[in-house]
Amino acid sequence: MIYLDYAASTPVDPRVTEAMLPYFDQFFGNPSSTHIFGQQAEAAVENAREMIAQALNCQPHEVVFTSCGSESDNLALRGAAWAARQERNADHILISPVEHDAVSHTARQLADLFGFELEFLPIDEYGIISPEAVAERLRPGTAIVSVIHANNEIGTLNPIAEIGAICRDKGIPFHTDSVQGAAHLPVDVQELNVDLLAIGAHKFYGPKGVGALYVREGTSLHPSQTGGSQELGLRAGTQNVPYIVGMAEAFRLAQAEHGTRQAHAQILRDRIIGTILEEIPDTQLTGHPSERLPNHASFAFKDMDGNSLLMFLDIEGFACSSGSACKTGNPEPSDVLTALGLSREWGLGSLRVTVGKDTTPSEVDTFLGVLPDIITRARRLNI
Amino acid sequence: MNEKTVVIAMSGGVDSSVAAALLKEGGHNVIGMMMRLWSEPGSEAENRCCTIDAMNLARRVAAQLEIPFYAVDAKDIFRETVVQYFIDGYTQGVTPNPCLVCNRHIRWEFLLKRALALGADFMATGHYARMRQVGSGERGAGSGDIELLKAIDDHKDQSYVLHVLKQDQLAHALFPLGEYTKPQVRELARKFELPVAERSDSQDLCFLGNGTYREFLERNAPEVSQPGPMMNTNGEELGQHQGLAFYTIGQRRGLGIAAPDPLYVIQKDTSNNALIIGPKEKLGRSNLTAQDVNWIVGFPPEDPFRAQVKIRYKAQLAWGLVTPLDGNGVHIEFDEPLRDITPGQAAVFYDDEVCLGGGIIEYH
Repeated sequence: MIYLDYAASTPVDPRVTEAMLPYFDQFFGNPSSTHIFGQQAEAAVENAREMIAQALNCQPHEVVFTSCGSESDNLALRGAAWAARQERNADHILISPVEHDAVSHTARQLADLFGFELEFLPIDEYGIISPEAVAERLRPGTAIVSVIHANNEIGTLNPIAEIGAICRDKGIPFHTDSVQGAAHLPVDVQELNVDLLAIGAHKFYGPKGVGALYVREGTSLHPSQTGGSQELGLRAGTQNVPYIVGMAEAFRLAQAEHGTRQAHAQILRDRIIGTILEEIPDTQLTGHPSERLPNHASFAFKDMDGNSLLMFLDIEGFACSSGSACKTGNPEPSDVLTALGLSREWGLGSLRVTVGKDTTPSEVDTFLGVLPDIITRARRLNI
Repeated sequence: MNEKTVVIAMSGGVDSSVAAALLKEGGHNVIGMMMRLWSEPGSEAENRCCTIDAMNLARRVAAQLEIPFYAVDAKDIFRETVVQYFIDGYTQGVTPNPCLVCNRHIRWEFLLKRALALGADFMATGHYARMRQVGSGERGAGSGDIELLKAIDDHKDQSYVLHVLKQDQLAHALFPLGEYTKPQVRELARKFELPVAERSDSQDLCFLGNGTYREFLERNAPEVSQPGPMMNTNGEELGQHQGLAFYTIGQRRGLGIAAPDPLYVIQKDTSNNALIIGPKEKLGRSNLTAQDVNWIVGFPPEDPFRAQVKIRYKAQLAWGLVTPLDGNGVHIEFDEPLRDITPGQAAVFYDDEVCLGGGIIEYH
């Protein structure tokens, strides 16, 4: 099998596994305990917090550990919305139409069940949100703005720093989902002008089941999970010590090796995009041609079912994904592709190819060698 | 048989799971596929054969057997063909058998096409039936050489629903369970340690969910769900029926009429929305015509022939003389009158263990 689905998940780096192992049995204490076992565990968690803070260019107490990127998004949206409503009677939520479900479904719930007003920002054909569009829609009653850093489906990067500057100027909290972005780009929360930023470890060779939310000091947030006073009272529950240690090490490596990883991925990405657009008829790139994740290539093929395509690819030994694919066989064009304006005949046939630090040029060539034929076969099935 | 690529149509049930395990054990390159079928909006979770739970179960079985597993969306085509056929049948006053249409158009056309496109040599199902190669032709030549046989387990035999298959479909079909009895299959499920060993058999139509077909038809075929007169064969009104769709020819229970002798549903008069009922003597009929006949060999016989006939999936075999008609029909004269010849169901002909074909019983 050749794995070309690094945006879905990545293998845990052996250096990360090694860092985690002592915290399963040797240093197993509860970080909240007073005794030496607790002190060791707490030290590990705080060390990890320091490492993440350094990578993000923020203070350690501005990092909240969660169980995943989605939980970070939930805490950011729900926490900021509730706090804004209580403190300044704000109930306007402004998000892009290409947010990850973790953001858009949380916002939708806030609107449907809790009476918030949900407004979507316009996008261009690449899925980019313009800072001007944000400026035009900000109100004193805006509770939270959320714009995805790098889109998971189409790879497009957004002008987060510019949007953040506008929100900062108006004093409105600004969140970005950087679950994909932080895995591939330098993430400096000062340069990005964000108040909230979500990351998830398994996108950058860390373990699944752990994430973090950056919360700028002074940003009002209500906890979405209540209980003990862990994580500054924003996220109750005993910390997942080994996974937090693993995430910190993985994030340190991602930032330290960022240059080489990006250079490696980008060459492969551009070879994929160039070859597919050249060799397969009725194909378009989805997302921006250059302002996109360095490891991310995504396409729409006219008159094809993405589910069939993934099946053929799997049988032939390639693991990719599709915006329209669903393991339960319910193909619908994704919200993101629909928001880009793709018709159903294009939107059902999407393909996402994402490479990783261990992807080799020959793997990519093998894939590109068989893809045209597989597309032909999958299209034949669509008649 | 040498190693072949076989797609197994999975349902998360015991039968298809064991079939998959047997194929794998036989050294084949096995691929699991499961169709996502249509459910009424709002009751998707209840569709008996493809709930999320059933699909997860099938996925677990596939993972345990180390075979790939793919879900295939068949909702639209299932709604357009199978469910529409079911509703149309009731609207026309017959008692349709949607499983026949599903086998003909969904399983053995739609899914088979996808299986073959994936590179499969065969598609297998968990049906209880057997096949036999006759003549000298190579398997797969589509030359009329393949016979469809009843399963070893007479109680579970499903050749009735497979009588719609044609030679080019049979050429790609495998029925790994045909030689086993249901108790043996359950035993195999335990032996293979499949997580489905104790699951109960599916019973009703998959798309009805937890509701009854009555509720389904009230929503989807309101015109045959209206009350109307219940009459005897002389045209005298005896009471009210609740909607023609809810009665079947030969039905005795649930008529709600006090009479010295038991009364049965004799006929449905759809043009007057009347249900005709009468004593047992009026019910028996010793002949039927069936249309849309499929002959397993691919062509009809020239002469009338004696055969055993099944007029419902679970009916007893009845001897009769089958006469091919011009067009695509047959006329059948039974040796003894039968009480529950039901328009819309299939009449399937057998020569001992060989299923010769069958057609849909016409309204008389």
